[in-house]
Amino acid sequence: MTSESRITVDGLIKRFGDFVALDGISFAVGAGEIMGFLGPNGAGKSTLIRILCGLLRPSGGQASVAGIDVASDPEGVRRRIGYMSQKFSLYGDLSVVENLRFFGGIYGVPRSALDGQVAFVVEMAGLQGREDSLVATLAGGWKQRLALGAAILHRPSVLFLDEPTSGVDPQSRRRFWDLIHRLGADGVSVLVSTHYMDEAEYCNRIALINRGRLITLGTPHEIKARSVAGELLAVEAEDVGRAIAALREAPGVRNVAVFGRLLHVVVDDAAARASELKARLNALGMAGVRTERILPTMEDSFVHLVGRAGRSPEGAA
Amino acid sequence: MRLRRIKAIAVKEGLQIVRDPRSLMIALLLPLMQMFMFGYGVSLDVQRIPLCVLDNEASQQSRDLIGRFAASRYFSLVRALGGQRDIAPRLDDGTCRIVLVIPSDFSRSLNDTGAGRLQALLDGTDSNTANIAANYAKAVVSAFSISLQLETVQRKGGVPQSLTPVDVEARVWFNEELESRNFIVPGIVALVMAIVGAQLTSLTIAREWERGTMELLISTPVQPMELMIGKLLPYFCVGLADAAICLALAVFWFDVPFRGTVATLFFTTSLFLLVVLSIGYIVSVSIRSQVGASQIALLLTMLPTTLLSGFAFPIDQMPALVQGVTFLVSARYYILILKAVFLKGSGLTALALPILCLALYALVLVVLAARAFRKTLD
Repeated sequence: MTSESRITVDGLIKRFGDFVALDGISFAVGAGEIMGFLGPNGAGKSTLIRILCGLLRPSGGQASVAGIDVASDPEGVRRRIGYMSQKFSLYGDLSVVENLRFFGGIYGVPRSALDGQVAFVVEMAGLQGREDSLVATLAGGWKQRLALGAAILHRPSVLFLDEPTSGVDPQSRRRFWDLIHRLGADGVSVLVSTHYMDEAEYCNRIALINRGRLITLGTPHEIKARSVAGELLAVEAEDVGRAIAALREAPGVRNVAVFGRLLHVVVDDAAARASELKARLNALGMAGVRTERILPTMEDSFVHLVGRAGRSPEGAA
Repeated sequence: MRLRRIKAIAVKEGLQIVRDPRSLMIALLLPLMQMFMFGYGVSLDVQRIPLCVLDNEASQQSRDLIGRFAASRYFSLVRALGGQRDIAPRLDDGTCRIVLVIPSDFSRSLNDTGAGRLQALLDGTDSNTANIAANYAKAVVSAFSISLQLETVQRKGGVPQSLTPVDVEARVWFNEELESRNFIVPGIVALVMAIVGAQLTSLTIAREWERGTMELLISTPVQPMELMIGKLLPYFCVGLADAAICLALAVFWFDVPFRGTVATLFFTTSLFLLVVLSIGYIVSVSIRSQVGASQIALLLTMLPTTLLSGFAFPIDQMPALVQGVTFLVSARYYILILKAVFLKGSGLTALALPILCLALYALVLVVLAARAFRKTLD
């Protein structure tokens, strides 16, 4: 595995003064793998990506990208990676093609190949007919696909995408993920961070990260199975506060969490407990209680795992 | 270092300059405005000094004298006063800077004894102007007395032989006045080039930080040296255009005699441009906000260039320590070169030493600029 992995991170630590942004993170990403980093804002996702791109120096631990150590040879790393930063960072006062030709020149894409690469990226990003538009005038989804295109113009083997889909409409997000999967199929290793739980399902593997620590790592299926120990019931009740208190004390209930207007309740046996819980709430004078068995989402896992890690450190995965 | 990357950056930077016509206009109009501002503001020329006259005699001769003052380009007659007590208020409210008082026995004593007496009252709050005005007044009076003597001699049918010697002092003043402009304008060219040059590049890196484009740029394999050269190149071209504007104004508008060659002028100007562009670049790298960088660049170029370059204050009259410091002011060499090229027509060999100093200065700053940039977010 190690010989094949494109990204290897071992005990990585980053401190900003007294603040510990990354607290001993370890993982590896293989060739063609799409690895998602999931976590709330401030969890340390951007810091991790910036270190792996050679933009920040690690305070401790080791990290190598494409077989090159990021601390000792950041230039070597930069030549082999593509990076899409969280904030859109192409030149708004330049046209689509001017931006692409600029990055082609910077990355040293051979002149003979540059025209072809630019045309390929324009086609991939669906920007035909917009080649000469100033980038500042493009809509969000197009900007984002162009930024991805600029990052892969030089055909890097490793791609870092820092919250690439934030502020983009669902349709564009879907289309964007299709592009990422095409790249993965071509053998490009992709490390992508997001705080959209649903996007995590598109990744081959996911790392949950919170407050600089890696909480768990695995395929979406594994994580959901591992974290939500039991079956899941969605419960709708009027008085959420009292309902939570009552449900926590009920037999067979392992966890209760608020999801919008609903409560997600982890139980040992959904079919058996559904009517029990409904009766219990009705007994407290709550009318209109509804229960429904649901499949756990990534968000359930995340809430479950973060809650466990936060409350009792010894119980963390 | 790869030419390809330098070219990519230079093209990108050039496109951004062209795409922002407002900034480009400012970059080209600013030196024009500053040349006029400093050209007239700093000039030691004193012309059209407002003059009031209190003529207590009102004779043919007193009117002749007043007529000479009025005809001179150094004075402009604004008012004839009615009495002694009008003098102070007119000087106080700035109606005039100088009051000429002609006594009631002016022509009588002139004709009787050959020596008339006049009084000139000057507003001393601006001692420089007062001093110059007093000397101009002496010159006008002296010219008046010479023609008076000439007239007297001719009327007596004689041939002018032993006239009172021409007032040499007055003539010197006139020459001096003309030369002061010739000395000052090359200094102003240097001052404007220093200010504008550093301003041009002070925004270039700070802007990338502010717009967030820097994060992506430093994630690429671009080298600090490549970035610097690529960024300075287009601004160097704009700077040369600015220099052409300033130098053309100096020659064609301010009438400074130009005796040197254009090649020498632009070679040395290029060296000075490299210095000031590098200063702006270093500031832009160090201060990641456009407003801050622009302010610091202005301070760093304007203060030493006005105070320590010999432009406004003669270096040989400064304390020894300060004189030492002036060797670190690049404008010192450039002003020296400009004056020599303009007024003496000096070439490269005559100016070898200051050119060498300037070239060394440019080299050091370019290296510093290349090393100032760090490819990290830490």
